[in-house]
Amino acid sequence: MKQSDFLKVVLPFKDKVFRLAKRLLVSTEEAEDATQELLFKLWKSKEKIADYKNVEAFAMTMTKNYCYDRLKSKQANNLTLVHTNYKEKETSLDKKIEHQDSVNQVHELIKDLPEQQKIIIQLRDVEQYDFDEICKMVDMKPTAVRVALSRARKTIREALIKKHNYGVS
Amino acid sequence: MELANIEILLEKYEKAETSLQEETTLRNYFTGGNVAPHLQEYEYMFNYFANSKDETYTRTIELEPKKSKKRNLKWLSVAASIVLLLSVFIGKHEYERYQAKKQFAQISKGLMLLSSNLKKGEKALASLHIYENTVNKILK
Repeated sequence: MKQSDFLKVVLPFKDKVFRLAKRLLVSTEEAEDATQELLFKLWKSKEKIADYKNVEAFAMTMTKNYCYDRLKSKQANNLTLVHTNYKEKETSLDKKIEHQDSVNQVHELIKDLPEQQKIIIQLRDVEQYDFDEICKMVDMKPTAVRVALSRARKTIREALIKKHNYGVS
Repeated sequence: MELANIEILLEKYEKAETSLQEETTLRNYFTGGNVAPHLQEYEYMFNYFANSKDETYTRTIELEPKKSKKRNLKWLSVAASIVLLLSVFIGKHEYERYQAKKQFAQISKGLMLLSSNLKKGEKALASLHIYENTVNKILK
C-alpha cells in the first residue's frame, strides 16, 4: 500500500477519530496528538489494514482504546485537570448568546457522563453510526449499547430541563 | 413534520430505539429553528450534535516516524561509545606509562645497587694492581 492509497482510506474518517479523541481527552492538543499517533500506528500496520473490510470501525476501536490508555496514565490525568475549564470554541458560530450558552451546556453535560456513555453518544448522535458498527467499535452487546445510549440521552435532557426551569423561576 | 409525530419519535429516541433515518428527521426538525417551546431542550441537544460534527482535524498528517528524536538518540549513543572507547584507551595508556615508570625506578635502583657493589670489587682489584706493581719493582 502506497502513501496515497493509505491517505485515501484514512482521510474520510480522520475527523471522526479526532472528534472521538477530543470527546474523551477534552483538550484539543491532546486529541490532535492522539489522532496523529493513531494515524501513524495505522500506517505502520498498513499491511494488515488491506485485509480489513472495515478500516474505519477498526480505527475507531483503536482510538477508543488509545484514549482509555491515555486517560489511565497519570500524565493525562493531570492534563484533563488543567483543561476542565476549557471553553468550546467551535460551537460559537451560533447567533443568540442565550441559545449559545445552552448549546454549550450540552457539551459540559456530556463531559460529566461516564466514559462509555460519552463514546456511545459521540458515535451515535454526532457521527451517526449504525448500531451494529457501534457494537463492534465498543465491543458491547446491542442491548447494552441501547441502554447506555438511552441513559445518556435521558441524563442530558433532564439536566437541561432542570437548568432551564431554574433560570425561569 | 407534525408535532405529534415528532413527539412519538422523541419518545422512541429517549429509549434509544430510533433508526438513523428517524434521527435524521428529528435533527432536521430541531436544527430548522421552528421548534415548539416545550421541546426546547432537544433543540439545544441536536444543535450541539450538529455543531460538533463541524470540527475537523486540521494538522497535516505525518506518516514518517519522528526521525529527529530517534536520530539524536542514535548519534548520542555513537558519541557516548566513542567517548568511552577514548577514555579506556587513554586510561590504558596512562596505566602503562605508570607501570613503565615504576619498573624503570625498580630497575634503576637494582642497577645502582649492582654498580655500587661492583665499585667495591673494583677498589679491591685496584689494590691488587698496586700489589702487582710493587712485586714487579722488587723483582726487577
